[in-house]
Amino acid sequence: MNIGILNIQGDVSEHYNFIKKLGKKYNVSPLMVKNNDDLDNICGLIIPGGESTVIYNFLIKNNMYDHIINMNKNGLYIMGTCAGAIILSENTSDERVKGMSLINIKIKRNAYGRQINSFIENINIKDMGNFNAVFIRAPEIEEYKNSELLSEYNNKPVFVRNKNVFALTFHPELTGNPKIHEYFIKQCQE
Amino acid sequence: MLDLKTLKFGDELLKRGFAKMTKGGVIMDVTNADQAKIAEKAGAVAVMALERVPSDIRKNGGVARMADPLKVKEILDNVSIPVMAKVRIGHLSEAYVLESLGVDMLDESEVLTPADPFYHINKKLYKVPVVCGARTFPEAVRRIFEGAAMIRTKGEAGTGNIIEAMRHIRAVNDGIYILKDLTNDELYKVAENISKSYINLRELTSNDLLGENNKLPYDNVYYGMDYKTVNDELFKILKEIRKMKRLPLVNFAAGGVATPSDAALMMKMGMDGVFVGSGIFKSKNPEKMANAIVNATENYEDYKSIADVSSGLEGMEGLEIENIEKLQDRGN
Repeated sequence: MNIGILNIQGDVSEHYNFIKKLGKKYNVSPLMVKNNDDLDNICGLIIPGGESTVIYNFLIKNNMYDHIINMNKNGLYIMGTCAGAIILSENTSDERVKGMSLINIKIKRNAYGRQINSFIENINIKDMGNFNAVFIRAPEIEEYKNSELLSEYNNKPVFVRNKNVFALTFHPELTGNPKIHEYFIKQCQE
Repeated sequence: MLDLKTLKFGDELLKRGFAKMTKGGVIMDVTNADQAKIAEKAGAVAVMALERVPSDIRKNGGVARMADPLKVKEILDNVSIPVMAKVRIGHLSEAYVLESLGVDMLDESEVLTPADPFYHINKKLYKVPVVCGARTFPEAVRRIFEGAAMIRTKGEAGTGNIIEAMRHIRAVNDGIYILKDLTNDELYKVAENISKSYINLRELTSNDLLGENNKLPYDNVYYGMDYKTVNDELFKILKEIRKMKRLPLVNFAAGGVATPSDAALMMKMGMDGVFVGSGIFKSKNPEKMANAIVNATENYEDYKSIADVSSGLEGMEGLEIENIEKLQDRGN
């Protein structure tokens, strides 16, 4: 079973290495995804952190945007971290990046400020416990509907789920803690 | 697992983490908000604010300083992607000023006129990450020791000539490669060799005072550190590089990238991304060039697509390296 990592821009290799490390235990392999054909061979897709404008432009230019939406509606699991969460959202209030509306969240880009305001905070995640979350020029989920809240920080959601779509505003791939990747793999295998 | 109490590590993680978010992308030099918007629209992963692009600095001469804060603010206010800004080598105060403006990353750059002939900035003192240029493996290791969150080749800025960037990639990679055969003792000798540039000032003082260059103690040679501490720290970094078989942080190409094929070449050489300076806004159609370079960086092995986006592009005029002042020799 393959877990795809959208390989356009950002911290792609960090996610890739995480899945690779967990590969034996869960019988999965990471697969770099750069075109629509690659999407046929995966059961879960991770959209990494990076610049949402760059990732969005690439998806549109290469006709991957609508294809990913369709694949998700047909059962593909998707996890978006930071920029990835912006791509999955319902409303970005920013015409430079239009969300795929795969999860009903209203999200604000760079909501905490610039890089100098980036931070690390211990958060509590449902069924997973404590997690050191790294927020880098992070977006903020301002509203969510029809989704399950998995974690919040300062009374704002930072991790929500709608069926087979997971949106996180932080970077689980930057710490050594595999809990979230394990959780995603297990969901894909159910 | 992370320990939140070790704030220093936290800072380092956030700084290097920020750099990781730019991987696979193109960072474009811009001198005003309009250019920044063009860059953002074309798919730049970040913009670099500076007063004049390198080829103009070369042409006009004079002292090149950090950009006017007014311009930096204007750029910060007009794009949603990260904004970086160049600071003179060793200019501690320009760095703090840019940090106070909210710039996301500093570039301690040889393209500007150096401010300190002895030392680079101690980049650990800043909350924002700093990228530094390197011509050789020892230069890269020194910059990492000083707290750089990202490394780039120096190349030869403002020339549109890729040969120097290639030279620097080859030199750094060969340095990394050869570490595999070294014992720890040999590796420590490498550290001692790399650290020599930190005692230049003390040796000069010794010579001035006592007529010979090695008659004074090597305490406080870099921001309160003695020579042995510097060597020990460099040794740690070298061990990490030997283990990882690459620099332990994001490594971009810069200095001479002028065409989509140049950008593709840099990616093919294993670089994490590219900086483009004069190459975009000194070309005939900046918007088209910016799009083409982003495309070639993202699809660096799709040669048909690179041929497509390169068709009819008129790049900047190039310069032969031998007959010009080399900016890359600034800072060591």
